[in-house]
Amino acid sequence: MAEPPDAVIAVKGLRKEYPASSRGAVLALEDIDFEVAEGEFVALVGPSGCGKSTLLKIVAGLLPATDGEVMLRSLPVTGPRRDIGVVFQSPVLFPWRTVLENVLLPVDVQRLDRAKHRARALGLLALVGLSGFEERYPWELSGGMQQRVAITRSLMHDPALLLMDEPFGALDAMTRESLNLELQRIWLERRETILFVTHSIPEAVFLADRVFVMTPRPGRVLERIEVRIPRPRTLEVMATPEFGRIARAIRAHFNLRAEVDA
Amino acid sequence: MTGIRGAIGRAVLLAGSLVLWEAAVRALHVPAFILPPPSQIGLALYRGAESGIYLQHSWITLVETVLGFLLGSAVAFLIGTVLASSRRAEYFLYPFIVMFQNMPKVALAPLIIIWFGLGLGSKVVSAALIAFFPLLVNTIVGLRSADEDRVDLMRSLGATPMQIFWMLRLPSALPFVMAGLEVAMVFSLVGAIVAEFVGSEAGLGMLIQSRNFSMDVAGEFAVLFLLAVLGLALNAVVVLVRRRVLFWDPSEKQASGGPWPEERALPATGGGRRPEHPMKGSTP
Repeated sequence: MAEPPDAVIAVKGLRKEYPASSRGAVLALEDIDFEVAEGEFVALVGPSGCGKSTLLKIVAGLLPATDGEVMLRSLPVTGPRRDIGVVFQSPVLFPWRTVLENVLLPVDVQRLDRAKHRARALGLLALVGLSGFEERYPWELSGGMQQRVAITRSLMHDPALLLMDEPFGALDAMTRESLNLELQRIWLERRETILFVTHSIPEAVFLADRVFVMTPRPGRVLERIEVRIPRPRTLEVMATPEFGRIARAIRAHFNLRAEVDA
Repeated sequence: MTGIRGAIGRAVLLAGSLVLWEAAVRALHVPAFILPPPSQIGLALYRGAESGIYLQHSWITLVETVLGFLLGSAVAFLIGTVLASSRRAEYFLYPFIVMFQNMPKVALAPLIIIWFGLGLGSKVVSAALIAFFPLLVNTIVGLRSADEDRVDLMRSLGATPMQIFWMLRLPSALPFVMAGLEVAMVFSLVGAIVAEFVGSEAGLGMLIQSRNFSMDVAGEFAVLFLLAVLGLALNAVVVLVRRRVLFWDPSEKQASGGPWPEERALPATGGGRRPEHPMKGSTP
């Protein structure tokens, strides 16, 4: 694989071992090597328990690696950093804050000027289709809308890298599809660099430029598959032979396991 | 049951019980120093209210209770915050707290009177001591209840531990803290009354004692009634504050539906949220 010179993140020889439990140490990740280029959308797909989320937390600087290194824009990640945005499986909004205040959370934490960033927050909320909901509270929104707020919040401080940990995993299939379209639209408009974790093969193929296939125990990146389907992709793309071919190639790695959404 | 019909039903039930009580006491010739009829209690209430002694003694008990509540809650919240933030502090202090927790604090009342005298001080200390534990426990559990994903989110934004505390842990703890405050309020009244029993010159507890000595049982019942009203009023204040503070809490939105939320039938359950913790079940 060609190593792009403008890699936003470069992961080299990453290993994560959890300390001894009753059955000895657990090796969660081994020999993880990959790079994500500027503006690239990479999906990490694998069954539950393959260490996808652990990998994401290490890249975010929330968990230390046992071995190896993560470089973000050529600087090693040693702890949480302010130029990474994270979206979790649940929206993790703060119920005592309005939608707008939730989106402004990064601004408050990083002690930036609220008034200055207000316009930006309103613009981003409009981008995800939440105009008119700024003063509502999270509990007044549907699950899909809450996740849009979470995505808006992650974009607020203009991160160099967006990490998404199964952001649509808890939503129903219809909402999930519409949010996949939405995310593609936002990405085409803003060209964020995204590392997107999922256990849905169609979701990974639909969204990503490249799909990294992970296998569990210990978690490894088994294959990197390029998706050369032109954008913007519509949902109909899922019925094309090319889409089917890529999905099958990914699924082949899991055909003995029933843990991945087909 | 709809609001109006429910209210009428309750009024009928109350009137019926009072009539039954009055009739039974009269028919069975129960002496007034055993169980006075409601009419006599009403009369005692009226006389005391007219002479102003109820207002005077209620005010004293109210001040003792509120000051004790504020003192006990403030100290409990501060210590709870320290214990929740520091495993080391918890490791050293926890055994003592558990020991103290399981001791009936009312047993300390005589000692408190010796140390702090017959006046306001001893009542405030007694009330504070009893109010202390429910809030301490709830503060610790509440501050530790913050969702781990939310903590990760804050950390990923580069938040300092102080920011995580103020922007996340403290608001997340509020439902527990408010439940603790509700119990603490009821407990402070207990603390104030017990201290008044043991030694005092004024207050509703002292009034009960003195009427007991003079066999004025109707007057005693009248004071009990006043205490119930006082307790309800104090609780209503806490509930009012809770509704304001916790407008975002899902359990609050369910509770605010009825005129008399079920969770409040027993104040000791503390607002329907019973944190799972080894120190639950505080003794007054």
